[in-house]
Amino acid sequence: MRADMDLVPTPSQTVGPYFRIELTTDEHCVRCVAGPQAKGERVWITFRVLDGDGALVNDAMLEIWQADSNGKYSHPDDPQPKTLDPGWIGFGRLATGGDGSCVLETIKPGRAPNGTLQAPHLTLAVFARGMLKQLYTRVYFAGDAANNEDPILGLVPPERRETLLARPDPTHPGYWRFDVRLQGDQETVFFDV
Amino acid sequence: MDSEVSTRLSAKAYARLPKGSQPPSLYEPYQATIKRAPLKPLILLPHTLSEITGPIFGHEKVGEKDNDLTCQHNGEPIGERIIVSGRVLDSNGRPVPNALIEIWQANAAGRYRHIGDQHPAPLDPNFSGAGRTMTDDQGAYRFITIKPGAYPWFNHYNAWRPAHIHFSVFGTAFISRLVTQMYFPGDPLFDYDPIFQSVPDERARQRMISKFDLETTRPQWAKGFKFDIVLRGREATPFES
Ligand SMILES: [Fe+3]
Repeated sequence: MRADMDLVPTPSQTVGPYFRIELTTDEHCVRCVAGPQAKGERVWITFRVLDGDGALVNDAMLEIWQADSNGKYSHPDDPQPKTLDPGWIGFGRLATGGDGSCVLETIKPGRAPNGTLQAPHLTLAVFARGMLKQLYTRVYFAGDAANNEDPILGLVPPERRETLLARPDPTHPGYWRFDVRLQGDQETVFFDV
Repeated sequence: MDSEVSTRLSAKAYARLPKGSQPPSLYEPYQATIKRAPLKPLILLPHTLSEITGPIFGHEKVGEKDNDLTCQHNGEPIGERIIVSGRVLDSNGRPVPNALIEIWQANAAGRYRHIGDQHPAPLDPNFSGAGRTMTDDQGAYRFITIKPGAYPWFNHYNAWRPAHIHFSVFGTAFISRLVTQMYFPGDPLFDYDPIFQSVPDERARQRMISKFDLETTRPQWAKGFKFDIVLRGREATPFES
């Protein structure tokens, strides 16, 4: 088996400006990660993507992957002896619009394990023209007590952790905001996966 | 329980991508990267359940004719009809079955059916330029389409993209997700294209170029091109059974 290890992975190339032709058309995009019956706390997250000048990026594609409200993933490699929420998908794909933002409707995920339990989070992959490969980051929820013991947040320098926190919108209960800053002083933490 | 889960997780980690096999985020000849590439160091992430799982799609996402881009309208699209086929493998050489592949491309004149594409080349009423399919048990897939034209862009003076088909592939994990572009052999524009050139490793760059294939060429009908896609696979350990 090890003898086959020299297959070179295919390189990533930018998604370019025209991905909407296929990837985020209404018909084939799962805008809503969680069906109407999904259990748990329903949340809406408004994403914005900003470039190194602070300009809004209006041609980004965001992909989201997350566990259900019980911390269970819809995938055969999740070994947890838990029942998946019926109909749970956990994947979403959106495109930022003319104002550089988009809104994800979902359920706040539960805590998935990694030796110790992780805090509730979404995994986010960012694609855009001008990005030769996707960037991975995580969306945690500000104020969640579990954030203090999250093993991955613990790897992030304290002064950069807040770039990974979605913040509640004080005027709209259930609404959260998360900015992806590709560059700059407040550059979002991206992960080398 | 916790230790059992973490033991199983460590056995499932994915191999890190070999150095040079992927483009850097910042590649100045491709100007749009300059303001969109992170400049702070990425943080090395040990693979958790959140990384080694990922969406798995069922066939309900794909219509029977969705892999034929030449039959989506009343008439045939203009251009050189081609058959693009290949296999999706992981870096251990194992086929990846049930992988969702989505493609999008310009028409034969080099124009996308997209509001943002203002290249003064004709649209083709019989070509939308999008298709999808799933790999079979052997990781094999097949599309029928027309050869896209090269098109100009504004990156630098007289910039032209080599003819390409955009590919989006879902593997077995969220971190084996791949968006790439398939090129055609012998394209004279390779040397001038910063997107193609952004990949440092020559062998990896060659992975993006399809091969003309007489086997899959259909007489009197369409030329065949082979394009195998390699996704990152599991970490190989000498103890793997
Ligand atoms: Fe293109």
